[in-house]
Amino acid sequence: MKGYIEIDQVLCKGCEICTFFCPKGMINSSDKLNPSGYRVAVFNDNSECTGCAICAVVCPEVAIEVYRG
Amino acid sequence: MKKIYTRPKSLKRTPFHYCPGCGHSITHKIMTELIDEMNLQDKTIGIPPPGCSVFAYNYFDIDMAESAHGRGAAVATGLKRAYPEAIVFTYQGDGDLAAIGTAETIHASNRGENITAIFINNAVYGMTGGQMAPTTLLSQKTTTTPYGRDDKIEGYPIKMSEILALVKGSAYIERVAVNSPANIIKAKKAIRKAFQVQIDCLGFSMVEILSPCPTNWKMSPVESWKWIDEVMVKEFPLGVIKDITGKKDAG
Repeated sequence: MKGYIEIDQVLCKGCEICTFFCPKGMINSSDKLNPSGYRVAVFNDNSECTGCAICAVVCPEVAIEVYRG
Repeated sequence: MKKIYTRPKSLKRTPFHYCPGCGHSITHKIMTELIDEMNLQDKTIGIPPPGCSVFAYNYFDIDMAESAHGRGAAVATGLKRAYPEAIVFTYQGDGDLAAIGTAETIHASNRGENITAIFINNAVYGMTGGQMAPTTLLSQKTTTTPYGRDDKIEGYPIKMSEILALVKGSAYIERVAVNSPANIIKAKKAIRKAFQVQIDCLGFSMVEILSPCPTNWKMSPVESWKWIDEVMVKEFPLGVIKDITGKKDAG
């Protein structure tokens, strides 16, 4: 595993921008609601994440933290 | 594993009130990243406008002074003259800078005031519910132009960057967009250069940012980000419009 991300479930507004831009298609929207009532994005970790941080660059809510090893 | 991307220090941990997919939040993020990288947190003064970004002072952990509608450039002039060592930027939307504040902006630029204007162009009045703005594109539907903007009645979209580039006192004008990873990085570079122009006391600098407004464009966030590339960029071409520094990159 080269990298992984953490999505802040409280800040996420479910805009699906990260889902659209992730080159590996590893971020999906879910049915889980956060306290504001948005359907939050979830990270499907299948060890393909390279920690490229594109999701974090485009995230309007600054809800994504990226780790790279 | 090392953390390589996290929330900027000068961005407070307050959830944004903006709609999902809004360009304001992206701009706030890249600006606060820059303020951290350039180590300007203690000497930056921001001037938020009335409009969607009226609460920008809740998010930026820097000094901020709210201005009356459209008067950002005038307030910035006063602050910069009182505190010449401070970095003063105005953060204005198209209703603010291109409509009610046109005079202030053109004259501040013409005086060569050493300030930076961050101009968010989303082609509608966002906060009041999506009415036509001066920057609305021809045949674009808004709540006040339900059949599309007609140039015979409402005129043409105003291009503030080109107008301000003609003015002698302006030093650096660039138009960028925040609708893709590459464009966001370019936007950050442009704002960095605009701040650098101000630090070097070269004159008025402005970065026009084409920003998505999914709610008032009646689109999903992803559609609105694509719409900028497909439609808006044709009317508002991206790129450097004026640069007197001669340097390609401020780095």
